[in-house]
Amino acid sequence: MSTAVKLSDSTPVVFDLANASLRELNVALQGLDGLGQSAWSILNPRGAHALAVGITAAVSLSIEGHVGYYCAGMNDGASITITGNAGPGVAENMMSGLVHVLGDASQAAGATAHGGLLIIEGNASGRCGISMKGIDIVVKGSVGHMSAFMAQSGNFVILGDAGEALGDCLYEARIFVRGEVASLGADCEEKAMTEEDRIILRNLLKKSGAKAEPAEFKRYGSARRLYHFHVDNAGAY
Amino acid sequence: MCGIVGLFLKNRALEAELGQLTSAMLTVMTDRGPDSAGFAIYGKGVPGHVKMTLRGPPDYDFAELAAALGAGCTVHDDHAVFSLPEGNAAALRAAVASRPELGIVATGTRMELFKGVGLPEHVSKRFGLEKMSGTHAIGHTRMATESAVTTNGAHPFSTGPDQCLVHNGSLSNHNDVRRRLMRQRMVFETQNDTEVAAGFLSWKLREGASLSEALGSALDTLDGFFTFVVGTETGFGVLRDPVSCKPAVMAETEDYVAFGSEYRALADLPGIAKAHFFEPKPAKVYLWEHAA
Repeated sequence: MSTAVKLSDSTPVVFDLANASLRELNVALQGLDGLGQSAWSILNPRGAHALAVGITAAVSLSIEGHVGYYCAGMNDGASITITGNAGPGVAENMMSGLVHVLGDASQAAGATAHGGLLIIEGNASGRCGISMKGIDIVVKGSVGHMSAFMAQSGNFVILGDAGEALGDCLYEARIFVRGEVASLGADCEEKAMTEEDRIILRNLLKKSGAKAEPAEFKRYGSARRLYHFHVDNAGAY
Repeated sequence: MCGIVGLFLKNRALEAELGQLTSAMLTVMTDRGPDSAGFAIYGKGVPGHVKMTLRGPPDYDFAELAAALGAGCTVHDDHAVFSLPEGNAAALRAAVASRPELGIVATGTRMELFKGVGLPEHVSKRFGLEKMSGTHAIGHTRMATESAVTTNGAHPFSTGPDQCLVHNGSLSNHNDVRRRLMRQRMVFETQNDTEVAAGFLSWKLREGASLSEALGSALDTLDGFFTFVVGTETGFGVLRDPVSCKPAVMAETEDYVAFGSEYRALADLPGIAKAHFFEPKPAKVYLWEHAA
């Protein structure tokens, strides 16, 4: 590929989106087998949509700037750093790997994701972790309204505050919040922090480089009143 | 889906570039709204004069009408901006009323409003947006979901002097609100939901509410999805519905406040690398205004 320049074994492949199309980049990234070209630097993303989606190799990418919708979607094994802000749906449906946003993330970050770790250094807006299915998410700032809506499994750590209706219609994800929660959604409640919770939380704080102690957090989870219809719970539906 | 852009200048040195910057932002939002586009731009006013933007058939002789009324007239394709003393405004309205081929797009002291069917880039070029200057502008690229793809259905909508509104989303109770506003003598040109939102705000302002209060009561009255950007003589406001499905990102520097449906629309603004970025919060009224 003429636009991807590999300088030497120790330097990353530099791909400049000012000179080549997004499709060329995604085709190249989706064809990687993890045996060569293991580090990539992507220049001039300029808010492009669907950047670096569907990678299945354990490569590392640094995207230098702001990205648009669905960046790093369906990631399965790659370590992807976004140096700027991310648009809606960053790391949506991630299966494994790491997505690290150095700025803020827009709506629905980590939506429906099954695995891997999403770290957001700044804030995330509404619906962060919506329908998460096993991903770990660490947001070092605050999250917007309806975060962890219908979250099913995985761990969600929020170092700042959470917006309205946190964990609405929650299944079994664990939510840890250090700051204030504007309001809890239907069937989400504060729970006692168990030793297992503390180990998970400490591990995620360490992995994400967050300077905080588990004791500073409250733990939220499902009250399990919405799992089955029960007439005594009618008021909660 | 639709695209919205807005640019409010703090640094007067950029005023000559406002049209060029807005045009570029609008073009980037083409894939969010390729069927029609429009913009409102707030340029210089003349004390004691009103500005009226008229629309007519292609090649209409606006100059003849202007001469007959002693008005200044600048033609932009099938739109023309008339400038005339306040006392002559009624005569122009009467002249337009007697010519069914003409319509008044907008009135005010500073606002000029242009819209049409076609790709945003073509719409901007037709009206010469790149060469326009002013203190602030808002623009819209439309992908129609409510009402037909026509010039009348394009945004911005103006229902009051120097007031206009663009909208990304759709309202579900617009028929009911329109009926109630018509009983308050508000006039509507289309079956479009956004025109109802614009009419609601203009009605509130007419009744004495501030723009902030009017936007606040829109949260109680309007049901549906919306990201609104509202232009007034002195600035612009932003409001998102409580669920805020429709995207919005803002960038602020010492020189300007900019709005985009996506970051892409802001990427080429001067000094954007050092801008402060944020997303407007749900159900919160934001206003940026110059001292009147």
